[in-house]
Amino acid sequence: MAKARLTFADIGVSVTVPAGTRIIEVSEKVGSGIAYGCRESDCGTCLTTVESGMEHLSEKSPYEIATLAGHNVPANVRLACQTLVLGDAVIRPYGG
Amino acid sequence: MSVAAAVTERIHWIGALDPGMRTFDVILKTPSGTTYNSYCVRGSEGVAIIDTVKLECADQFFARLQQFADYGEIRAIVLNHLEPDHSGCLPELLRRAPQAKLYVSESAQLMLKALVKQDGLAFVPVTTGDSVSLGDRTLRFLHTPYLHWPDTQCTYVPEERVLFSGDVFGCHFCDRRMFNDAVGDFRFAFEYYFHHIMRPFKRHVLDALALIEPLDLAAIAPSHGPILRDRPRDYVARYRELATPRLKRETDNGDRTLIVFYISSYGNTRRMAEAICDGAAEVPGLRLSLYDLEGSPVEPLVDLVEEADAILIGSPTINGDAVKPVWDLLSSFAGIHVKGKVAGAFGSFGWSGEAVRMIEDRLRGLKMRVPVAGVKVKLIPAREEILACRDFGRQVGEFLIGRQVTREIDFSELVSAA
Repeated sequence: MAKARLTFADIGVSVTVPAGTRIIEVSEKVGSGIAYGCRESDCGTCLTTVESGMEHLSEKSPYEIATLAGHNVPANVRLACQTLVLGDAVIRPYGG
Repeated sequence: MSVAAAVTERIHWIGALDPGMRTFDVILKTPSGTTYNSYCVRGSEGVAIIDTVKLECADQFFARLQQFADYGEIRAIVLNHLEPDHSGCLPELLRRAPQAKLYVSESAQLMLKALVKQDGLAFVPVTTGDSVSLGDRTLRFLHTPYLHWPDTQCTYVPEERVLFSGDVFGCHFCDRRMFNDAVGDFRFAFEYYFHHIMRPFKRHVLDALALIEPLDLAAIAPSHGPILRDRPRDYVARYRELATPRLKRETDNGDRTLIVFYISSYGNTRRMAEAICDGAAEVPGLRLSLYDLEGSPVEPLVDLVEEADAILIGSPTINGDAVKPVWDLLSSFAGIHVKGKVAGAFGSFGWSGEAVRMIEDRLRGLKMRVPVAGVKVKLIPAREEILACRDFGRQVGEFLIGRQVTREIDFSELVSAA
């Protein structure tokens, strides 16, 4: 199975995950500071800055695009509850 | 008996009084009852209704609305906040004024669909900078999320210098004289409301104040409690004071703050706590505090946690669990902002030592960061175990000042640990 390396820059932890793993599945278990609210692309609590590897993440759904637009965030910000890791990436909580 | 209704010549209160309410949303005591404030704004080309009221108070709301407007005149309905005590009468209002356009914040869209289960519900999402013209009066929107739901916004009418602030600057206080210079002493209700509703969202309060403070304000019209027309800026200033961290205001030398809490039955977890503090003390730029949970009521400790950068919690394991004072502390964090703070756990145990893992799970559940795995010691800590505690304290301290230790792990380790 394809693997990807997801690095949580806020706590200095890199996790090797099966490609296709959702960020939320890893970040909560590892103790990263990414916080969650609704977990369904609505509230924007889990805004996450992608420091590198944006091209290795799943495409945004229309719901995610709408929520990101509502929060007026830069282009390198994703919702951790929606985003699948397909290759190596480095992330941290937005604003953290 | 009538209710004072005129905020200005063009703006009238059309809300509802609920003097018998004693508990609100399960968590709030309301010894003075409450009001659900709704407002009617008249422009030369139509009327806007700002918020509605709880469904149970529909009769009051529609009766008052009809005193100031015909349903056919209603051009805009604004919901600053979708909680049912403000959105309860929306479906009926839309039925009576089908031509009216509904305006909600960008963040309210999915929530609106979940609350008003109505096919084909039309609405316009708005954010800061958007406005709606009522002819000679304008509704200007301010995006002020998380006060206290993700959807919350404020609406400003510049020609009247009135801010409809939603739950911000509100309180549960029922007095039909309605205006802050006419009602009884509601200071307690105002402060209590902030502490129980806005306190976890202080950073968002400061963001909202940055939008609100530049406004020219004749009155603030919140969605609960008195309308603030006498010195409205005082309430804005009080919000800034309440939302600004105190410790940093009083002694900000740039130090990061770490608090070590522990409780100990035989002194073993206490010895661990002391060793952890010794280790952390080797790291420069830390303000360290050590507290025995046996020696304090919970509330002052919660105040400390609110402004701390990191907390560590030590508990023995008794009957397979952390002890009650630890859970009392951990269950009290819902009222403050702890997301993203650094945290960790430690403790001595006799048999199985579940407490450390259970505390860590709770800390992660609270969305705190747990960068260093906790330390467990069987009964009395030996010399090398004391050294492990010192290492733990030092590692957390170094993490706090940005001297990050990087770790590489496999996903399977996380799954098996869960």
